[in-house]
Amino acid sequence: MTETALDAALFIRWMQAAAALVDREAERLTELDSPIGDADHGSNLQRGFTAVAKALEAEPPVTPGAVLTTAGRQLISTVGGASGPLYGTLLRRTGKALGDAPGVTAEELRAALRGGVDAVAQLGGSAVGDKTMLDALDPAVEALATSFAAAAEAAEKGAVDTTPLQARKGRASYLGERSKGHQDPGATSSALLFAALAEVTA
Amino acid sequence: MKMLMNVPESVVADALRGMGAAHPELVVDVEGRVVVRRDAPVAGKVALVSGGGSGHEPLHGGFVGPGMLDAACPGEVFTSPVPDQMVRAAAAVDSGQGVLFIVKNYTGDVLNFQMAAELAEDEGVQVATVLVNDDVAVTDSTFTAGRRGTGATLFVEKVAGAAAEEGQPLERVEAVARQVVETSRSFGVALSACTTPSKGSPTFDLPAGELELGIGIHGEPGRERRPMMTSGEIADAAVGAILDDWRPAGPVLALVNGMGATPLLELYGFNAEVHRVLGERGVPVARTLVGNYVTSLDMAGASVTLCQADEEVLRLWDAPVQTPGLRWGR
Repeated sequence: MTETALDAALFIRWMQAAAALVDREAERLTELDSPIGDADHGSNLQRGFTAVAKALEAEPPVTPGAVLTTAGRQLISTVGGASGPLYGTLLRRTGKALGDAPGVTAEELRAALRGGVDAVAQLGGSAVGDKTMLDALDPAVEALATSFAAAAEAAEKGAVDTTPLQARKGRASYLGERSKGHQDPGATSSALLFAALAEVTA
Repeated sequence: MKMLMNVPESVVADALRGMGAAHPELVVDVEGRVVVRRDAPVAGKVALVSGGGSGHEPLHGGFVGPGMLDAACPGEVFTSPVPDQMVRAAAAVDSGQGVLFIVKNYTGDVLNFQMAAELAEDEGVQVATVLVNDDVAVTDSTFTAGRRGTGATLFVEKVAGAAAEEGQPLERVEAVARQVVETSRSFGVALSACTTPSKGSPTFDLPAGELELGIGIHGEPGRERRPMMTSGEIADAAVGAILDDWRPAGPVLALVNGMGATPLLELYGFNAEVHRVLGERGVPVARTLVGNYVTSLDMAGASVTLCQADEEVLRLWDAPVQTPGLRWGR
């Protein structure tokens, strides 16, 4: 890992890249959400990240922490469902942990994201293996110790690996055994967040 | 799938504009996404706020008015509203006597209302929350998000709404709401999936000649798929599932609820079968409501909700109510 400081401009590009990826993948996310959810994950996140991109453009925050807390607040206020509070909490907690430093190291970001992911687990009352966002987020944060690209890969693998799992949280859990054989939409969108991070740091 | 709409993105806003046009007795804030009774805040009265994804109409906006809710927060289709809406609603209806949040047990609704309760309390509003979780089709609560809130929401909103309207304090209104939750159970079946505006095609594939037992109200499939059954067989299965889970002590309120695309002709026929089964099982029925109240867009099918009705609950149920979706008395 390099010790180059990551600045607010890079964090804004990260969120914009995430918005673009969500936009591109919205239909697929909604498609994944149909058999085991309620067919709206793509459109909900699209609405949220569009609002994030707009807010960051209108008033660009000057610290990495402020970029993420602004993004998190936007998601909480616009997404709804479970994804809004969960994604919002992830970014807000991570942003708060970064404090008001004008630049942060990759290791500082990793530590802050660890806190953010733990907050998601606590809010959702879920653990790795429950077929949720955590199945992508948790391995991604672990792999972040290696590189941004490794984190993106780990997140993508975590999302794909949710397919055989039985859901224990969220709406998919009502299906019991029948939730097996479908990739979790939340884990899939979580992987997009790390794909965007790898993209802007490459 | 053809739908009566302009574009999928505006269905909720369009419906709210239409609701405002039809109901001058309500204040419909299309931008802020709240529906409030026009005379709110009502002095000396505990206020009731509920909300949830759109697509379940008349729930919740259609239950705003004297004797029921003070405000409702409609989310996007099948998506929980955001905390900002609930905080806005609470501020608009609080008379100083406190606000009761009535929340259906879905992860999204629970999380957003939880955040809203914290924010509203920061602003000095006293908030109590009641979770509705009546759906017996969810059996394994250890490995799921817990039982879903469905038809009992109507009973909670009506009974607690009547208690609030007659000036009972927040802890009494909360207690009677909790009592209704604890003594209500539901079970639903689908004959077809529903189509969300954003997707434009059915949310799951249900072949002709089959039905889903134990469905929720968000177009999610049920626990079990079977070859199509008669109305009588479905009533046996639905009422049976409820009574296997819980035995009411005394008479019940019965809600025979359409999921959105099942005609009243079929619902009344189904109600006859529900009454037959309840008679056979020795459960007296005090009141019955038949119609589309807690719907799932254009899903075909029905749900049965039973609520134990002691004298107090029955009195509050019979009290006057004036909302777009439920109206009697006075």
